[in-house]
Amino acid sequence: MDMISIPVVNMTPILPEIFLSVLAMVLLLLNVFSPSGKKSYLAYISFIGIAATAVLVGAGWGGHIESFSGAVILDNFATFFKMIFLLAAGLTVLISDQYMEREECNHGELYPLILFTVVGMMLMASGTDLMTIFLGLEVMSVSLYVLAGFNRNNKKSNEAGLKYFLLGAFSTGFLLYGMALTYGATGTTRVYKIASVVGQMTLPSANIMLLAGMLLMMTGFAFKIAAAPFHMWTPDVYEGAPTPMTAFMSAGPKAAGFAALLRILLVALPTLQIEWSQLLWVLAVLTMTVGNITALRQDNIKRMLAYSSIAHAGYALVGLVAGNGTGTAGILFYMLSYAFMNIGAFAIIILVSKKGETNGNVMDFAGLGFKRPLLAVAMTIFLFSLAGMPPTAGFIGKFYLFSGAVQKGYIWLAVIGVLNSAASVYYYLRVMVYMYMKEPTEEFEWTQVTAPVALALIISVAGSMIPGIVPSFILEFAQQAVKLI
Amino acid sequence: METLFFAIVSLVAIISAILVITCKNPINSALSLIMTFFCLATYYVMLDAPFMAAVQVMVYAGAIMVLIVFTIMLLNIRVNATQKHSHRILLGSIIGFFTLINTIVLLVKSQAAKPVGPFTGDMIRNIGHSELIGREMFTTFLLPFEITSILLLVAIVGSVILAKKNI
Amino acid sequence: MENLNGYLVVSAILFAIGTIGVLTRKNAIVIFMCIELMLNAVNLTFVAFSRHLGHFDGQIFVLFIMTVAAAEAAVGLALMIAFYKNKESISVDDVNMMKW
Repeated sequence: MDMISIPVVNMTPILPEIFLSVLAMVLLLLNVFSPSGKKSYLAYISFIGIAATAVLVGAGWGGHIESFSGAVILDNFATFFKMIFLLAAGLTVLISDQYMEREECNHGELYPLILFTVVGMMLMASGTDLMTIFLGLEVMSVSLYVLAGFNRNNKKSNEAGLKYFLLGAFSTGFLLYGMALTYGATGTTRVYKIASVVGQMTLPSANIMLLAGMLLMMTGFAFKIAAAPFHMWTPDVYEGAPTPMTAFMSAGPKAAGFAALLRILLVALPTLQIEWSQLLWVLAVLTMTVGNITALRQDNIKRMLAYSSIAHAGYALVGLVAGNGTGTAGILFYMLSYAFMNIGAFAIIILVSKKGETNGNVMDFAGLGFKRPLLAVAMTIFLFSLAGMPPTAGFIGKFYLFSGAVQKGYIWLAVIGVLNSAASVYYYLRVMVYMYMKEPTEEFEWTQVTAPVALALIISVAGSMIPGIVPSFILEFAQQAVKLI
Repeated sequence: METLFFAIVSLVAIISAILVITCKNPINSALSLIMTFFCLATYYVMLDAPFMAAVQVMVYAGAIMVLIVFTIMLLNIRVNATQKHSHRILLGSIIGFFTLINTIVLLVKSQAAKPVGPFTGDMIRNIGHSELIGREMFTTFLLPFEITSILLLVAIVGSVILAKKNI
Repeated sequence: MENLNGYLVVSAILFAIGTIGVLTRKNAIVIFMCIELMLNAVNLTFVAFSRHLGHFDGQIFVLFIMTVAAAEAAVGLALMIAFYKNKESISVDDVNMMKW
């Protein structure tokens, strides 16, 4: 037989992924040769590497290159999401070092694992083959299982890792079965080919195999973005995981799940929009309501933000139900601003809590406004943005999501969303009440704010405010990003 | 003849799968699971995919199950004597029921796509299954193949971090 | 290939059994084995479709699923060992420190 000729491939679309993987491997090696207790410089190197990758990704804006025989694509949609992932990872790296040092688990492998997670998320966003999307998702998930259980001497962290692993693997089963049925019904795994095959069917909504495949895939992704009723793992995993990892998990993987879901639903299955938007309608309402109502009763602030992150997934789903330009651009905008405000809030939680993850209740924020006014102001901005008050980024994001729904005629959905948003103000305000109106219960040493954490806080505050004041700049990018898919 | 063989293998596969979820002792579950894996390998041979059958036996029945059995032995888990929760059984049965309904729908009207690819049973037998797989893997599916290398690296680093005694 | 339906039915039954197992069992390792059963059901579906459609995409997908299963097994069992070291149990009922 003749030799296999390895095809000539265009590497441009996966250059950022290659760069990050190589960087992660170099960091793994450096870690071996650096004595324990002196791992901080790994964090700085990874931050610089992430910034360099962001430049590399940004240079690809406006391009449209398919490569690896349709397994991966470089387009504005992927670029926008890659920026969100890099941002989440960069902020996480900045806030990790101090926390990990305090919890005595500053193993250098943390940073390579974060970088590998980003590689997985990037592949999910740029993959145009179900295989690439699935493998990207697995690279992301396997690293996250480890990161959730990273503080291995802490029982809660063990438990978070195990729970995340069992439910994540379970949801992978559903996702894969959905992919298998879709493959059987259409005869291909390429997203763009699926679109053309489904487009040629006389009545795609009568093809039960395709519908079942779509349903199962949506179930799998609903687990990953923590949409109700598949959200059970979220509060426990978010509470138990090391706080910087919780911040990362709530911003990055959620955005990655939305990226893959948007790509599959809007590119591969637009002909079934009536069916999937009805399903997502129910899912969005359920997710918003369950998240907000349970968040009202939480005292532990990490748990409260976990439920609130469920509610935020619900708001973003509203944009997907609409499925039009405004709604989907709203999702991109919202995911970006959510990364800023949520990681910022978690950074403050790290500063307030003490060794062993104690001191993490809402009551422990009492008196923060008098003791550390700057921190309290930053926290107020994050909470305002999370609650969706003008003039913050959260308000503009919600505005576009809901107005997308109204444009498509989903008035009730928008009304439910606004009501939910109003209910959420209660538990965000509660933290502010404690910060400004209660005396601290006991005297204790505040953690010193190190330079990287301060930098992360400044970036987060800027990111939560500026898009709220001048939204058109980022919104333009988001609109260009969704135009091409 | 082939139908009869298929029926026998299916019976064994389903019975051993039921044993996996009903056995009290995890070791028995693991052994039943290995039985199911061998049945699946038989299916793969019947489906003209001998390479998949070999990989199934080597990777699943060999590597993964040995790892699982090893962990069970290492942790020395007690046989679980407590009774199960009824609401869990109910929930499980409901989901199982819906999956079966789905199956019946698939059975009544098969809606799979028409054959599109060039490979027939004769062709696979003539050229060889592993060669065809290899050609596809290293040309069309080059990128996913490379991604798995990263996945395996992550798994190695992760398990060392989580389970090593002193790091 | 005339027997596609037979394979699909068997794999759906196996998938359902795996799902029921995950939801009813309490031992983390047994749950993990049930997840493996689900993945194997998916593999059977893929190989059957691949043979029916006459191209290898499905079988390549199965090879990747096997790789993923191996990676998940390594990480998952490491997590179970870490959990067991701290709590001397891997029953999911003991995975309950955090309650709402």
